[in-house]
Amino acid sequence: MTLKTTPLNAAHRAMGAKMVDFGGWDMPVNYGSQIDEHHQVRHDCGMFDVCHMRVVDAKGDGVRAFLCYLLANNADKITIPGKALYSAMLRPDGGVIDDLIIYYITEQWFRIVVNAGTADKDIAWMKEQATTHAPNLTITSRDDLAMVAVQGPNARAKVWQVLPQVKTATEGLVNFQAADCGEYFIARTGYTGEDGFEVMLPKEKVEEFWYALNKVGVKPIGLGARDTLRLEAGMNLYGQDMDETVGPLESGLAWTVDLKSERDFIGKAALLANPPVQKLAGLILLDRGVLRGHQKVVTAHGDGEITSGTFSPTLEKSIALARVPRDVQIGDTVQVAIRDKLLNAQVVKYPFARNGKALV
Amino acid sequence: MSNPTNLKYTASHEWVKTEADGTITVGITQHAQELLGDMVFVEAPAVGRALSAKEECAVVESVKAAADVYAPVAGEVVAANADLDSAPENINSDPYGAWIFRMKPENAADVAALMNADAYQAHVDSEAH
Repeated sequence: MTLKTTPLNAAHRAMGAKMVDFGGWDMPVNYGSQIDEHHQVRHDCGMFDVCHMRVVDAKGDGVRAFLCYLLANNADKITIPGKALYSAMLRPDGGVIDDLIIYYITEQWFRIVVNAGTADKDIAWMKEQATTHAPNLTITSRDDLAMVAVQGPNARAKVWQVLPQVKTATEGLVNFQAADCGEYFIARTGYTGEDGFEVMLPKEKVEEFWYALNKVGVKPIGLGARDTLRLEAGMNLYGQDMDETVGPLESGLAWTVDLKSERDFIGKAALLANPPVQKLAGLILLDRGVLRGHQKVVTAHGDGEITSGTFSPTLEKSIALARVPRDVQIGDTVQVAIRDKLLNAQVVKYPFARNGKALV
Repeated sequence: MSNPTNLKYTASHEWVKTEADGTITVGITQHAQELLGDMVFVEAPAVGRALSAKEECAVVESVKAAADVYAPVAGEVVAANADLDSAPENINSDPYGAWIFRMKPENAADVAALMNADAYQAHVDSEAH
């Protein structure tokens, strides 16, 4: 099978990336040391090729009402232009089709950013729902756009150095807000637990933008560090921490599900009918070793399973997210089966680290 | 970095050095550490453990993945490198210095039969295609 490539493929190779098959995409896993890349983002700034993610524009009268029905989080929460909202998109049975971010631009235009591996399925689902509930909407996959995430405490300043023309429009953005600056759509969002921007721009301009950022000292960061950064920040990864077989309330996403308002949405009835029996918990390994996905977690209330595990460069310990029985409490010691041993881990409140600092 | 010519190698990417007393020192190759990336944990075999050739006996874990390390030949473990408990990254910075364990081989001839540096390089090249 031929791997899909982003417009930055040649740039990655020129910058010494080690390339891997990431869900059918030829992507950089690191450009040397992924631990160095992790610290670079926590303490300065780095740039990520996220061109494989998909931008979708939903346009037309009634787009807000449609999203209120389509998504588990409440699109009515975002009323300031540019404001973003993180949400799960559910099946009628409550399983998670994808997690995504919507941006409110106008009452006729919301932008949606979805995961790479789920993009085609997501768009098909959105169009199918729109046919029934909002036939006048147009839902367009923006395959003409590229996306680069610039993340870290110095990220915004570096973007302004390269794109001085967008500074006025973007310096007042609060966290989770975006500005449409013509060719550049700039959002103060990310997947690292650090400040920064995600920049959407025409595909044919992205390589020049990438090299310009590099010239002012922004280092490229691979998918390896992207995973350790997001896990430290306590952010779920679709396909690992949740998927179509498990609901958002058992995936640490209760904060994104609005069950209180009168609003109906796809999956709501199933969530109300099936109270969660498990939950997502943070773990820190007390013994020596490394937590990994699918390892069994033994607790006083029954077994659970690690959904994402890694070595945390900030804590210098192994950390994980695990799906465990709901009665497991923060502070409990549990055991994790690693090869032929049961190692001790502590249940902790996550996120583990954000904004350059350890939080546990 | 080229593979030292005074060492022997396995298809599973261990290097083997024969010491003056006939014991062998075992580590993982430059190629192996490069594939795994930043090393964060090493579990060496217990001293005194009897190993058969190609038996899984140690584990090296990078941020990315865990990998087994295999006994190059049959024999008994006589030492483990405790320095790697606190500094597993030495495997990345100095793969041919950061040894993992030492064994007393059952037969010296088994060691002599392992690959030399040229044969190992050919093996690495063949895996890349």
